[in-house]
Amino acid sequence: MVKTVYDKIWENHLVYSGNDNDPSLIYIDRHFIHEVTSPQAFDGLRINNRRVRKPDLTFATVDHNIPTTNRSLPLVDEISSLQIKSLQKNCQDFGITLFDMNDQNQGIVHVIGPELGLTLPGTTIVCGDSHTSTHGAFGALAFGIGTSDVEHVLSTQCLWMKKAKNFEIILNSSSKKDLAVTAKDVILSIIKNIGTSGGSGSVIEYRGSFISNLSMEKRMTICNMSIEAGARAGLVSPDDVTFDYLREKRYTPKNESFERLLDRWRDLRPDASAKYDKSFILNVDDLVPQVTWGTNPAMTVDVTSTIPNPDEYAKGDEEEKKSAIRALKYMDLTPGLPITDIPVDRVFIGSCTNARLEDLIEASIIVKDKKISPNVKAMVVPGSQQVKLSAEKLGLDKIFMDAGFEWRESGCSMCLGMNPDILLPGERCASTSNRNFEGRQGTGGRTHLVSPVMAAAAAIAGKFVDVREWI
Amino acid sequence: MEPFKHLKSKPVPLDIVNVDTDQIIPKQFLKLLGKTGYGKYLFYNWRYNKDGNVEPKFVINLPEFVGREILLTRENFGIGSSREHAVWALKDFGFKVILGISFADIFYNNCFKNGILAIILDKDIIDDIFISKINQDIEVDLLNQEIKICSDIHKFDIDSTLKYYLLEGIDEISTTLKYENLIRKYEHENKSLVMD
Repeated sequence: MVKTVYDKIWENHLVYSGNDNDPSLIYIDRHFIHEVTSPQAFDGLRINNRRVRKPDLTFATVDHNIPTTNRSLPLVDEISSLQIKSLQKNCQDFGITLFDMNDQNQGIVHVIGPELGLTLPGTTIVCGDSHTSTHGAFGALAFGIGTSDVEHVLSTQCLWMKKAKNFEIILNSSSKKDLAVTAKDVILSIIKNIGTSGGSGSVIEYRGSFISNLSMEKRMTICNMSIEAGARAGLVSPDDVTFDYLREKRYTPKNESFERLLDRWRDLRPDASAKYDKSFILNVDDLVPQVTWGTNPAMTVDVTSTIPNPDEYAKGDEEEKKSAIRALKYMDLTPGLPITDIPVDRVFIGSCTNARLEDLIEASIIVKDKKISPNVKAMVVPGSQQVKLSAEKLGLDKIFMDAGFEWRESGCSMCLGMNPDILLPGERCASTSNRNFEGRQGTGGRTHLVSPVMAAAAAIAGKFVDVREWI
Repeated sequence: MEPFKHLKSKPVPLDIVNVDTDQIIPKQFLKLLGKTGYGKYLFYNWRYNKDGNVEPKFVINLPEFVGREILLTRENFGIGSSREHAVWALKDFGFKVILGISFADIFYNNCFKNGILAIILDKDIIDDIFISKINQDIEVDLLNQEIKICSDIHKFDIDSTLKYYLLEGIDEISTTLKYENLIRKYEHENKSLVMD
């Protein structure tokens, strides 16, 4: 039988194969946990007197609610502090490695997994966070789970699952790499085209010349937002780019072990004539920078465009039309307004989508020797302590701070606003994060999702600009 | 988990598509350490206005809908974050059944882990309830996989395993632990790529 990458990983992890319509029991190779979605799972273990089956396959960090300001100061938020203390105790009691708040490897869980070589091709990876799809960039089957499933994996190292559909997204490109049109624009454009439920019930495999020429960091940006298209997971077949990235990472097996794994990893490509249940093709050469205008990531337009009117957006779907009207009201925008006439109050460069070193380097190219608009408050929140350190070695912190950006400690920060980094009601933000839902970055806050270079340019101009004109 | 077999209630009509879990429970309420107490924060930003007062026009605040145990929604309910707190909030508030045209994968899965029955129905059935039957009793019969409104009976699909767990109120972990031999065998054979 010809197989896709997903088929191969699936088969390789079957502990028990269910009949046609029944779920199968799948082995989980890596389990990442964080402070917000795990406390109730550990409670469940204690109540039922259960152990953590594989503490050595479980890794924890704090990222969701921690402050990004000076970490030597005590936590002001008592409830957040309680969640952090609770994770510390749970990791200690059950023997789990924790990259704690002041650890040099602390960071957003989806940034540190790859960075530490914990994310490996062909593995199954779960975390109580929907953006676990990020790790699919390495040819892993990686997906988010709820807290009940966190408890299930802690206790059994397995999950019951039904096999998802295979969805191929082919990204073609003939031209060379373009700094202005990024992986973020590609994934926003995909979601614009297939919708927030376009990937529902599927595992997306990204293929085509564009993806094979991308760095690991950019592949992660694309896989990260697979969940915004409703997909169970997104992945890319691993290749030499993947293997080179992983070779010297802390937890990557070394020497002969690595070579042995390489042989197996090289098989993680789709068989010739592998069958996919769904296909979507995008020619990346035609793409321009993307900006979201509404309250879900499918509400996206070209930067050269205007705010759509609800009829045009809904294409005859009455419910989507109502949804667009509601979004325009929330976002305080009028149809016909050019995107480049929209002013911004805040700029956030961060999140598991776009806070790795390449993202910060690219944004810094736009920012260098310029000042942010006096009407804008802007911040850079590196994805991890390692990203922060590497960026500082390159002097990026200075470039950003000279321009008027704040340079923060690593964490999820204003992507979801569980810590003090939030938008005030009515504030409009150019954000490199992944969700523009109502209130996501702060109650009443208005989020426009963009790439790091677009966010950087918006900070300087005080409004959205077509960053192609700046490069 | 409490078993679920039957339910009879009128629905609360939430006529919005693509309701994300950030709306079901905003992030500032994810800081509790338990699974209960989230009901008062359900749909917080829609339910209360900017001053923190009750928003009288929002459906779950309307007096005629108080106490109803079925939530009627549309396409793509529960998109976004994997937070199970969304389901805990719906449950804590008193909802036991959600009717919709489609659900986000993780949210759908989370419902069943908490004894909430999420039912997928055709758009024309959902439209019909929104238009003319929001004050009719809906009888949900999980065993026979059907809902009855007035004299109409609509069948629905559900995974047989999820149905069994819900009907019996079974804890999934205790079932999986019975597969210990198979799990150990898998680990022993070292098929996994991480444990070279």
